[in-house]
Amino acid sequence: MHYLDANATEPLRPEARAAMIKALDIGGNPSSVHATGRAARRVMEDAREALAARFGGEAGDLVFTAGGTEADALAIHGLGRGRRLVIGATEHDAVRAAAPEAAIIPVHANGLIDLGVLDTVLAATGPALVCLMLANNETGTIQPIAEAATLCRAHGALLHVDAVQAAGRMPVSLKGLGAHSLAISSHKLGGPIGAGALLLAPEVTAISPLIRGGGQERGRRGGTPPVATIAGFAAAALAPEGATDLGALRDRAEAAALASGATIIGCDAPRLTNTTCLALPGARAETQVIAMDLAGVMVSAGAACSSGKVAESHVLAAMGLGSLAGQAIRVSLPWNAARASIDAFAEAYARMADRMRAGLVPRAA
Amino acid sequence: MRVVVAMSGGVDSSTVAGLLHEAGHEVIGVTLQLYDHGAAVGRKGACCAGQDIHDARRVADRLGIAHYVIDAEARFAKAVIADFADSYAAGETPVPCIRCNQTVKFADLTAMAQELGAERLATGHYVRRIDGPNGAELHRAVDPARDQSWFLFATTQTQLDACLFPLGDMQDKRAVRDVAARLGLAVADKPDSQDICFVPSGSYAEVVAKLRPDAMLPGEIVTADGRVVGQHDGIARFTVGQGKRLGNAAMDAGTRQMVLATDPATRRILIGPRGTGTDTVRLRDANWLIPRPEAPLRCAVKLRARDELRPASVEATADGAIVRLDAATMPAPGQACVFYDGDRVLGGGIICRAMS
Repeated sequence: MHYLDANATEPLRPEARAAMIKALDIGGNPSSVHATGRAARRVMEDAREALAARFGGEAGDLVFTAGGTEADALAIHGLGRGRRLVIGATEHDAVRAAAPEAAIIPVHANGLIDLGVLDTVLAATGPALVCLMLANNETGTIQPIAEAATLCRAHGALLHVDAVQAAGRMPVSLKGLGAHSLAISSHKLGGPIGAGALLLAPEVTAISPLIRGGGQERGRRGGTPPVATIAGFAAAALAPEGATDLGALRDRAEAAALASGATIIGCDAPRLTNTTCLALPGARAETQVIAMDLAGVMVSAGAACSSGKVAESHVLAAMGLGSLAGQAIRVSLPWNAARASIDAFAEAYARMADRMRAGLVPRAA
Repeated sequence: MRVVVAMSGGVDSSTVAGLLHEAGHEVIGVTLQLYDHGAAVGRKGACCAGQDIHDARRVADRLGIAHYVIDAEARFAKAVIADFADSYAAGETPVPCIRCNQTVKFADLTAMAQELGAERLATGHYVRRIDGPNGAELHRAVDPARDQSWFLFATTQTQLDACLFPLGDMQDKRAVRDVAARLGLAVADKPDSQDICFVPSGSYAEVVAKLRPDAMLPGEIVTADGRVVGQHDGIARFTVGQGKRLGNAAMDAGTRQMVLATDPATRRILIGPRGTGTDTVRLRDANWLIPRPEAPLRCAVKLRARDELRPASVEATADGAIVRLDAATMPAPGQACVFYDGDRVLGGGIICRAMS
C-alpha cells in the first residue's frame, strides 16, 4: 500500500510518537495545583513556547484548539465581531462554513488570489476581517499573503491566515507574513490528530472564546487540553527536515501522469512541493480515486463528506476549470514518501488512464 | 474474479456482497448516493446520507471488503426524478425504478465496473441470469412473490452479459435473511424498503407538484359523451383504471366510473364505466433481449408490476412495438409492457398514451 494523501493527514512522525508516550506516562491535568499537575503543565507550556517560536509568535499569544477547523472558527468568531468578513474563493470549508455571509474574493486561473479585487473590496467596506489560506489543500497553491497583509493593513483590516497545509511544509512565520492570526494543525505536520492552535499577533490583545468552560488558555478556550497530543504536536513541528526531496519525487509523479494524458492544475503558480492536482479529461474523479485505491495507491479528490460521497471541488470550480473540476485527483506526498511509492503511482495511473480511455463510451442521457 | 456489488444498505444486496465474498471473489461494494436524504425527509440538519448508506458501509466493514459511496445525485435528479415528474405531467403513470435501473444502475455501474477492471456487476435483484447460446438470458426469479424481472426489461444485452444476480435462485426472502444472519450481517432483520425511495413521505404528488406544478392544476372530469361531471385537482393524481378521487363523478347514472384517459393538453380526465378497454397497445423505447423479431411474436405480456401474464402478439416497429392482446384490458400509459416466454424475458417497452 502506498500512502499519497498527506494533505488529508500526515503519517505520525517518530519524534511525535515518542513525545506522546512520554507525556502519557506523566499524566495529570495541567490546571491542577499539585506536582503531577505542574508536570503536565510544564509539558504543555514547553510545547506552547516551541510552537510559538517555530511559527513566528509569542507563547502567550498561542491558543491551543482541537484542530485547524476550530482555530479558523475561533479567529472568525473571536476577531470578526463588528467586521465585514472577506474570504478567498478557494478557502477550506473550515473557513467557508464559519463565514457563510462573507464577501468572496475570486482567484485567477492559476489559483492565486486576485489582489486587485481584494483592494477594491476593502476600499469599499468598513472594518473587515480577511481570511486567506497560505497554501491550498487541493492544489498546493501558495498565496501572496505578505502582499495581502500589506493591503489589509493599509485599509485597517485584520488578516487571518489559514496555514494548516503550509505549516511543516514551507517556512511559516506569523510575524514575517504580517498577519494578525495564524491557524495551524498538528496532524497536517506529522503530529497526532486532535490538536491545533491559533497564534495571535502581539497587537491582538483580546479574542472572545468559542468555548468558555473552565477558563483554560487564559480564558480564550475552555476545556482540559490534551497534553500528550499537544506534546506530539510540538515534537512534530520541531522534527528536523528529512533528507527526502519531496519536490523531486512530486515532479517525477507529474511527469508520469503527463505521459498518461493528465493535466496539472495550477502548475504556473508557486506550490507546496508535496502536492499535485492531476486532471484526467473525461474521467470522473471519484472513479479515479477508487481505481487507484484498488491498485494500492491512496489519493483523494475534492472534499469527502461524512457519507464518504465526494463532492465536486469548489476550489477547482473557482479556478474556472469547468467540467475538469470533477475530473481531478490530488496526490500529496507525506514527509516520508518513498521513491517506490511514486513508481507504484506511475504504474497504477498509466493503467487506470488506459482503462478509462477504453471505457469512455457514451452513456444514455 | 473482481466483482462490483451495488449495495443499497438493504438485506438483499448486502447478502449478495456476503455470498460473493464468501465464494472467494474480490468484492468491491459501491453505494449510490441518489438524493439528499436530509432534504427528502425534510429534517433540517439531517445528513445528506441516510441510514442506508451507513448500513452498507457497516456491512462492508463486517465483510472486510472495499466500499465506496458514489455521488449520483445530479444524474438521478435528471434521469429519474425529473423524468418521473415529466411523465406525470404528460398524463402517464411512470415507473421510476425501471428508469433508475436503466440509467443510474445498469448503464452507469456496468461502465464503472469496466473502468475499475471488474468482470461483473452484481445486484440484489430477484431475477435469474441464465447463459444461453446467444449470451446471457434474463429469467424470472424462482420465488414468484419476489420476482423483479418486469423492472429490469430495459437492461440491454451488453449490460446483462456483465451482470450477476445471485438472489434469483433463492426460494424466498426468508432464505435470504437466513443467509444474511449466517454471515453475521446486522441488516438480516432490516425491514424491506417501501415504495419509491426518493419519496420517503409517501406523497409522490408533492414531488411532482414541486417540479411540474402544471401537472397539479385543477381541471375538468368529463364523460365519453363530452359531459363535464366534476372537477379534479391535477392530472398527476390520476392513472388509467383508477376509481378513487373522482368525488361526485364516481357514479354516473347508477354505474361506477373509472379513469379511461388523461389529457395533459386540456387538463381533462376522461371517465367511463368499467369494462371498456383496448386490445391494441402502442409501446415506445422498446428493448429486445432476443434478436428483434421480423414477424409478429406470440408471447405473454405483463402490463403492470403485479399484473397477470396475458397472451398477445407483439410486432416490432422502428421506435417501439405494437402489442395486440387476445383480450382487451386497460393499460396505463407510462407503465411497462414486458414480453415473456415462460420465465424468460424477451423484451419490453413503455406504454404510450392512446391516440385520441
